[in-house]
Amino acid sequence: MTQMEIELSSVKTEVMSMWNLVESQLQKVRTAMLHMDRDLAREVVLKEKRVNAFELKIDRDCENIFALFCPVAVDLRFLLAALKINSNLERIGDIAEGIARYVIENAGEFDHVIFQRTHLNQMFDEAINILQDTRIAFESEDTSLARSIFKRDEVLDTINVNALGIVADCIKENLDITKDALYVLSIIRKLERVGDQTKNMAEEIIFYVEAKVLKHVNKS
Amino acid sequence: MESTILKTVDYNAYFGDNHVVKNVNIEIPKNQVVAVMGPSGCGKTTFLRGINRMHELIPGATAKGKIFLNNEDVLDMHPIFVRLKIGMVFQRPNPFPNLSIYDNVIAGYKLNGIKLPKDERDRIVEHSLNRVALWNEVKDSLTKKGSFLSGGQQQRLCIARAVAMEPEVLLFDEPTSALDPISTSTVEELFHELKKNYTLVIVTHNMQQAARVSDRTAFFYLGELVEFDDTKKMFTNPTDQRTQNYITGRFS
Repeated sequence: MTQMEIELSSVKTEVMSMWNLVESQLQKVRTAMLHMDRDLAREVVLKEKRVNAFELKIDRDCENIFALFCPVAVDLRFLLAALKINSNLERIGDIAEGIARYVIENAGEFDHVIFQRTHLNQMFDEAINILQDTRIAFESEDTSLARSIFKRDEVLDTINVNALGIVADCIKENLDITKDALYVLSIIRKLERVGDQTKNMAEEIIFYVEAKVLKHVNKS
Repeated sequence: MESTILKTVDYNAYFGDNHVVKNVNIEIPKNQVVAVMGPSGCGKTTFLRGINRMHELIPGATAKGKIFLNNEDVLDMHPIFVRLKIGMVFQRPNPFPNLSIYDNVIAGYKLNGIKLPKDERDRIVEHSLNRVALWNEVKDSLTKKGSFLSGGQQQRLCIARAVAMEPEVLLFDEPTSALDPISTSTVEELFHELKKNYTLVIVTHNMQQAARVSDRTAFFYLGELVEFDDTKKMFTNPTDQRTQNYITGRFS
């Protein structure tokens, strides 16, 4: 192994560790939201600092490799992809923290009827699942799996599109749940962004492995 | 639209029985910088020396195939005429040590017995030294020996000597490998200027230099031209796995 290969491998390991942490953050905030576990939500908020630290470390390591090794071809594409994935993961970390803060701020329990009617649980599960599968695609350089993410993200988009009408109906039916309903709508919007960030990461994996740019291209 | 100035068709070069350049087919566009890279012994320097027929100066060296300069077969031309049209600059700066800076620039004319009036010689010297961004540095010391200059200045003087003959193509064989980073940078900047008037073919071991200075890059391996493409493509997404292995340092 050349020194550059060792450095690139180290970046990949760091990205994988950050990815695992971000996945864990999303899973914990899902549990916190479902069970109104404010302690768990506080843990998510605290651990967001670790996500940020990962981002800074990966940025710095990539900069050093650019400066010291002048990477080209697949190595260059890997580093460019790693930098963008790093940024996407950090934003997903922010989203998990944002949802955790809703849990902490909400004095009572969330109304689970709105969860069911908006399919929030299903959305949360799918967001976590596509994030996990994109990590596997990154680890194994599996572009078929990366491509499958584009279709699966549509599930999140559909739930997001339908959410406004459902939440509006819930509020009309019972004004007392207005605050809960608005929280749920905000969480759905955030999870839709998790889908977008994950899709961006899938594009980066395809760019890195196949040198194909899929940004702003219709993938359906 | 790009026009091809130099083209090889099934070009092969040998040292005795040793087949060092194998069936190279390449088309070099006019006014571009082409970098030729590859591991030691891959035939890139032999290929370069074949273009202006210096290869055949070595005892036992032979060549087959065709090399066209503007559709004229170089192998059918007189070698001296070829070298007037296709100049060459070598790895180590090699100004004539006993000649002045002035005489070094017009050495090509003197050695070929071409007599020119004094004012024409003066014009060529100033023009050539300007072309290589050396005029302002040496205009007050033209009568000094070329060997008094720094390594980077000497190399630019050698380029001026090649430029003075008004060639169409300039060949460079690792032109900066003996220079410090500042002189290297000056020569690299010069390539960008020179390509406005000439076509440059540069053999280099320095891949970053190839990436910095060239429009197109050729990769040679075991005497074969493996890949020839736009430099940006070669360094971001090469087609051939051997090219990728070489430029990423994974060559075994």
